[in-house]
Amino acid sequence: MTKLIFEKSVPGSNAFFLPPVDIPSVDLSATIPQDFLRQDELTLPDVSEVEVVRHFTELSHRSFGVDDGLYPLGSCTMKYNPKINEWAARLPGFASLHPYQPESTVQGALELMYNTDKMLCEITGMDRYTLQPAAGAHGEMTGVMIIKAYHQDRQDSKRTKMLVPDSAHGTNPATANVVGFEVVEIKSDEEGLVDLGDLRSKMNDEVAGLMLTNPNTLGLFETNIMEIAAIVHEGGGLLYYDGANLNGMIGVARPGDMGFDVVHLNLHKTFGTPHGGGGPGSGPVGVKSFLAPFLPVPLVEKKEEAYYFDYDRPQSLGRVKDFYGNFGVILKAYAYILALGGEGLRSACEHAVLNANYIRHHLRGVYHIPFDRICKHEFIASSQYQMEESHISTLDVAKRLIDYGYHPPTIYFPLIVKEAMMIEPTETESQARLDDFIKALKDIAREAQENSELIKTAPRTTPVNRLDEVGAARKPKVKWEAAQ
Amino acid sequence: MNIPQDLLYTNDHEWVRVDGEQAYVGITDFAQDNMGDIVYVEMPEIDDEIAAGDQIAVIESVKAVSSIFCPVGGTIIEINDALESAPELLNEDPYENYVAIVKMDNQDDLDQLLSPAAYEKLCAETN
Repeated sequence: MTKLIFEKSVPGSNAFFLPPVDIPSVDLSATIPQDFLRQDELTLPDVSEVEVVRHFTELSHRSFGVDDGLYPLGSCTMKYNPKINEWAARLPGFASLHPYQPESTVQGALELMYNTDKMLCEITGMDRYTLQPAAGAHGEMTGVMIIKAYHQDRQDSKRTKMLVPDSAHGTNPATANVVGFEVVEIKSDEEGLVDLGDLRSKMNDEVAGLMLTNPNTLGLFETNIMEIAAIVHEGGGLLYYDGANLNGMIGVARPGDMGFDVVHLNLHKTFGTPHGGGGPGSGPVGVKSFLAPFLPVPLVEKKEEAYYFDYDRPQSLGRVKDFYGNFGVILKAYAYILALGGEGLRSACEHAVLNANYIRHHLRGVYHIPFDRICKHEFIASSQYQMEESHISTLDVAKRLIDYGYHPPTIYFPLIVKEAMMIEPTETESQARLDDFIKALKDIAREAQENSELIKTAPRTTPVNRLDEVGAARKPKVKWEAAQ
Repeated sequence: MNIPQDLLYTNDHEWVRVDGEQAYVGITDFAQDNMGDIVYVEMPEIDDEIAAGDQIAVIESVKAVSSIFCPVGGTIIEINDALESAPELLNEDPYENYVAIVKMDNQDDLDQLLSPAAYEKLCAETN
């Protein structure tokens, strides 16, 4: 196993030379209270430059990203991050900006934010966006705070509940809870869609809104969306769109046209900016015009030919993030939208949907497909057959996929399907890549019958093999300490 | 599936053992089997006053996080401390290892609970 860089420390091996200090030095103990000053020596690794480079190069070989291979992590939209976006973000005019620069010197950046707002409105059918939220869950929180502000502004203080379907991402109930709502779960029907009867029975004058993902986490389009919107609106609630699965309908259908009042997007999913370890994310929130007064400040406005930050918004929630959001990510998404254009976005969506259906079709009979009909950008398979025949679980299948060179899909989610595997290939993958992936899953199903021990002990090709996840969770060891 | 005949059950897979005014509350064998390896239990506080249906604990397994609802209203008079350092006890014997003991305000709450036979039927349907 790789040693930590601290364990590679050899006293005296680093060598650096700092230039002489040309500003007055400050006595720390005179400026910082004694309580906050470190008393013991700082433990830093003592390593030479070449050993630092080798250490991090070695680590980089052990990571896995979409640049390494297919990454079918359901609901995460791990699509390729086009390198031209990185070029755009590194243009000196953008890369060297400082957030405290005067507005007159950053007109290009403001124009980009202004245009991104307009383009996201066009794509989703909303009226106004804030680009501030740092990622999806932060966008959700901002959006649900806007719903709360709306009801409070109308003196409608009875609305203390938020409806969330049982197939929702865990962030939805978590967000509603953090913002102070009581979460009420809505059942899915046999088709895997929102149960309209259950929704009707729970919609009343104590409900602030419904948080909905469309297509939902089963990869299914909520075909009753217009009726769902009517039920929620007639009951005085607002409809919240979780944009996690926008890749399943972008360019084809718009949440704003379906009656959604608040939308959050994940630029790091749908709009091709780096994701996971390569982040950070960005979670813009769009609203219909009647909610725009509550958006965080500042928004970018245009007066004659000049762009400026508008802070004069008395009903605003205030800021939800320092400065103006993750600007570099917004910039990459802007480049992505311009590169693809309207036709390109639609085509990307169509290919994402085609790819998911292609895999679903070819796995039929090999793995259980609980909702076996045309899906959007992702679908649910299950290891139920393998579990019944050979006690091979979804966790085992996922671990074995690593040996075949794939990142595992999302597993054990959504919670309403046993042994679930949520597979989202994205539009990135060619037919040949999809065929290889399908073959790997079929090979694993055969191994489950012929040599289940092989799967239960997978992965075998990785620096560490099967981890004791239960032990790690029960007795976590989260801190490294130097040997004395 | 182990469903002891001397307990009452809920739709959410909790069990209740009645001892005079006291109700022992825990999770069923079905619940622990579905959750998988349990790795953490967030316990209630002694003297917490609760209404029937309130959440009293949160159980985290390798697969998911689940709320435990108390089907009877009253006051928490005892918690099973052992679960804090050894959450796996819920996997090993979910009936021996209760989560909390509640002093009931109203015995009528028990009328809402399922008999062992009704609970067995629920489990069969869920599967």
